[in-house]
Amino acid sequence: MTIERADIEKLAELARIEINEATIAETTQSIADVLALVDQLQAADTEGVEPMAHPSDAVQRLRADEVTESNHRDDFQAIAPATEAGLYLVPKVID
Amino acid sequence: MNNSIMHNKTIADIIAGLDSGEFTSVEITQHYLKRIQQLDSTYNSYITVNEASALAQAEAADKRRAEGNAPAFCGVPIAHKDIFCTNGVRTSCGSKMLDNFVPPYDATVVENFARAGAVILGKTNMDEFAMGSSNETSFYGPVKNPWDINTVPGGSSGGSATAVAAHLAPGATATDTGGSIRQPAALCGITGLKPTYGRVSRWGMIAFASSLDQGGPMARTAEDCALMLNIMAGFDPKDSTSIDQGVPDYTENLNQSLEGLKVGVPKEYFEEGLNPGTEQAVRDALAELEKQGATLVSISLPHTKLAVPAYYVIAPAEASANLSRFDGARYGYRCEDPKDLRDMYMRTRGEGFGDEVKRRILVGAYCLSAGYYDAYYRKAQQVRRLIKQDFVDAFETVDVIMGPTAPTPAFEFGAKGNDPVAMYLEDIYTIATNLAGLPGMSVPCGFVDNKPVGLQIIGNYFDESRMLNVAHQFQQTTDWHQQAPEGIEVEGIKAGDTE
Amino acid sequence: MEWETVIGLEVHAQLATKSKIFSGASTTFGAEPNTQACALDLAMPGTLPVPNEQAFRYAIMFGLAIDAEIAKTSVFDRKNYFYPDLPKAYQTTQLEKPIVGPGHVEIELVDGTKKSIRIHHAHLEEDAGKSLHEDFHGMSGIDLNRAGTPLVEIVSEPDMSNSEEAVAFAKKLHGIVTSLGICDGEMSQGSMRFDVNISVRKPGEELGTRTETKNLNSFRFMEDAIALEVERQIDLIEDGGRVIQETRLYNGDSKESRSMRSKEEANDYRYFPCPDLLPVVFDDDYIESIRKELPELPDARHDRFVEQYGLSSYDANILSGDASMAQYFETAAKTSGDTKLTANWMMGELSARLNAADLSIKHSPLSAEQLAGMIARITDGTISSKMAKQVFDGLWNSDGDADSIIEAKGLKQVSDSGAIETLVDEVIANSGKQVDNFRNADESKRPKMLGYFVGQIMKASKGQANPQQVNEILLKKLNDLL
Repeated sequence: MTIERADIEKLAELARIEINEATIAETTQSIADVLALVDQLQAADTEGVEPMAHPSDAVQRLRADEVTESNHRDDFQAIAPATEAGLYLVPKVID
Repeated sequence: MNNSIMHNKTIADIIAGLDSGEFTSVEITQHYLKRIQQLDSTYNSYITVNEASALAQAEAADKRRAEGNAPAFCGVPIAHKDIFCTNGVRTSCGSKMLDNFVPPYDATVVENFARAGAVILGKTNMDEFAMGSSNETSFYGPVKNPWDINTVPGGSSGGSATAVAAHLAPGATATDTGGSIRQPAALCGITGLKPTYGRVSRWGMIAFASSLDQGGPMARTAEDCALMLNIMAGFDPKDSTSIDQGVPDYTENLNQSLEGLKVGVPKEYFEEGLNPGTEQAVRDALAELEKQGATLVSISLPHTKLAVPAYYVIAPAEASANLSRFDGARYGYRCEDPKDLRDMYMRTRGEGFGDEVKRRILVGAYCLSAGYYDAYYRKAQQVRRLIKQDFVDAFETVDVIMGPTAPTPAFEFGAKGNDPVAMYLEDIYTIATNLAGLPGMSVPCGFVDNKPVGLQIIGNYFDESRMLNVAHQFQQTTDWHQQAPEGIEVEGIKAGDTE
Repeated sequence: MEWETVIGLEVHAQLATKSKIFSGASTTFGAEPNTQACALDLAMPGTLPVPNEQAFRYAIMFGLAIDAEIAKTSVFDRKNYFYPDLPKAYQTTQLEKPIVGPGHVEIELVDGTKKSIRIHHAHLEEDAGKSLHEDFHGMSGIDLNRAGTPLVEIVSEPDMSNSEEAVAFAKKLHGIVTSLGICDGEMSQGSMRFDVNISVRKPGEELGTRTETKNLNSFRFMEDAIALEVERQIDLIEDGGRVIQETRLYNGDSKESRSMRSKEEANDYRYFPCPDLLPVVFDDDYIESIRKELPELPDARHDRFVEQYGLSSYDANILSGDASMAQYFETAAKTSGDTKLTANWMMGELSARLNAADLSIKHSPLSAEQLAGMIARITDGTISSKMAKQVFDGLWNSDGDADSIIEAKGLKQVSDSGAIETLVDEVIANSGKQVDNFRNADESKRPKMLGYFVGQIMKASKGQANPQQVNEILLKKLNDLL
């Protein structure tokens, strides 16, 4: 699998991570190295093997429908970068 | 080792000393705080030291003890890896992203230790978001291995490992996603245990890869790990992956004989890439166990070589989503003057994360992206099942599996500098157990060039008691775990001695 | 050649649980911003989800109601995208193994024809928070109270071919979820939101490129938005253009739609199974126990209304579809004792007034008991239907009952036959010419001539004479004169 600068730019956009111009070549190379490592997987015979998402075979427990949380807005917003009138402020959202 | 010196005492010794009134929690806490102050500028094992709150906790503990209602860890000082959220205490996860993050809640593990009366000395250094095997990726700078400060302590729990190895805490919590407890334990010459997946609650433990992460103890002895695990383990309804199964007293079987124990020795763990000195130390340890009555059984774990590739799809994929919440909107780092929403996201994450974290997020995004999911993510999940099956098959015939924890002893800073793949291979023997969800331990078993070597013990699901029993028995006839690095004794520290 | 329209719906219904799908925070609507957003809802580090059983019960109830297969094992996936109202930057949803498999519902159209609409699947997921677009010094405000509210997303097959069918389908789903009690159906509060996928094609051709118009929260907006989008697509193609796949926003106030800029970039959601959640498994006993407790559904209620109340199929359809409407009708019909009149008033005056005020029946200012009280007074002759309009106005604007309004407005109908006879006698006595004309007229023309006398009598009674009695007495008296 060859990976190019354009691929990295696309991934960076998807993951919302700015990669600066000075390091993009190095980033591309190191990711190519990692992908070369994981490409060893292609040699494995996995015909008919069910993918495994969890180490245990347990099934999900479900919670009773009860309100167990109370309002801690002040605690949470004390550590927020920007709030006003109980709202978290972020740069303008445009739909 | 002179265990009349306070900082040489194991947790078991400390509990006994507090019980007998040999010293108070305030005394031992002050002793540790002083050591940290004097020594940690060299090792950098702590990100945050809780001087005031630790002393307050110690005072409260002494009072409880005097009142006769001391819980199990009443007054015992320990440290938490800075990945566990601590109410009112900055929890950075080793990242600039969370440098200013003070959670208003405790992780379940933290709560458990608080309930048990423990004193929290501080929060230990770590690779950023637990991504690394050398502690070089921390925003707070690398941690130095006390055995040789030019070498790495391993990672990601390098701060916890060093704090214990340098006797700056008798025990510390840690987490292990691909070897992050066992590999630094091996490199720092201490004992560390990664429990079965689901045994220790992940609630409040900042997620790296949810299906692999597991909290566990680091201490100098297997017995201390058992004591800590007694506090850490247990069902937590707040964690959906926590297993609702009774917790035994992990100290109960420590003294059982190893007569008849069947030890699986996988041939794949002794192949190319293993340091000869490390191999020798591990083989000697196995011989020691044979002397105690264990039988060595040669086994094969045929998919071992695929563990690292599978891991480096699954862990980054999960991490890429787990770390998306760090977006500058509600807590943590936000870039200066974002010009629009996209800019806030891009620069907050570009500036807030270090290179290794960014690399893994991008790899994870790649493996999940349209057109690559089947070839990478799905394939890795299939291989994961094959790897688990290897272990399930092996445990049909053996009780524990043993081999080296890490392929080499501690290496120098920058040795694997720009080569992420070389770094990833550090965890070649530990990663498979995370993929399978099995418990694993590392126990000191010798030295190469004055650098510690770790023996890995892999147990069957929920068989931590057996692992601890084996490790404890090994530590009854060996003294590798009692070796202390030079340089951890300092002028003036005698003030804290009990003699 | 005519254009053919192909419509599919994605419907988000908020489930009426007390707490959120993965946290114990309250779901009550209208709280102060972020007071119902707990650590998990805010995606604080280290927090973990635990699913709410009631959300599953509700989803299973829906599945059983549409005759769908319930998945014995369902799985949550993560859908990754960055948006400030999505704190984790992934939505926990179900992609590969949803809780509800394929099902279907039947809709009835105005002309009485019926059509089955297939449902591809329905899955559970978490709602997002809200971005408030008021200007905070050039910033947006984020309220995460809604984040984590359980949703069932119902995805239809593209089985609808015009807005009437789409609206009928939407109303049917609304009726089902409100009848089940799994969703409050409050569309103005966003409890039910409709995304409409629309494409056009010439008959026999392959499906055209579709657009998605998002977040329609009223049936009328849906109808208008479909008409607008169909026209836009046809115009575009006929002018030589081509439809591009995009998400559009419809503005109900300006009746315009526009492309959503932020969603334009190619999305790659990188779905994968959520590692924090295990597979959710149900056995047959569990599912069957839910089936046994299912309340009456709109189709069954429709048939019962026809049978029990003698309603036409069309009337029954309107009155039984929505749970609140059905409940209102049954209460009013039973209290008033006059089914037919209740149905007429509900589908006539009440519907018109609710529509004009943009209110749902649930928020009708006029309770079923009030309406029934008024209808009872029509039936017992206390007021005429014409007077009833005034009573209705009075009830709409007050909490009083019909009797007190009749009293206050002096609307009581004169049903005292003695008093009416006096009035009739007076009018006959004062209408010599008209009486003569009546007497001399051909018998077939006489009924038409009654109008004059009735008018005079009603005028003399100030409109309060019981018209039925007036008719009877007048006819008798005039016939006596023959």
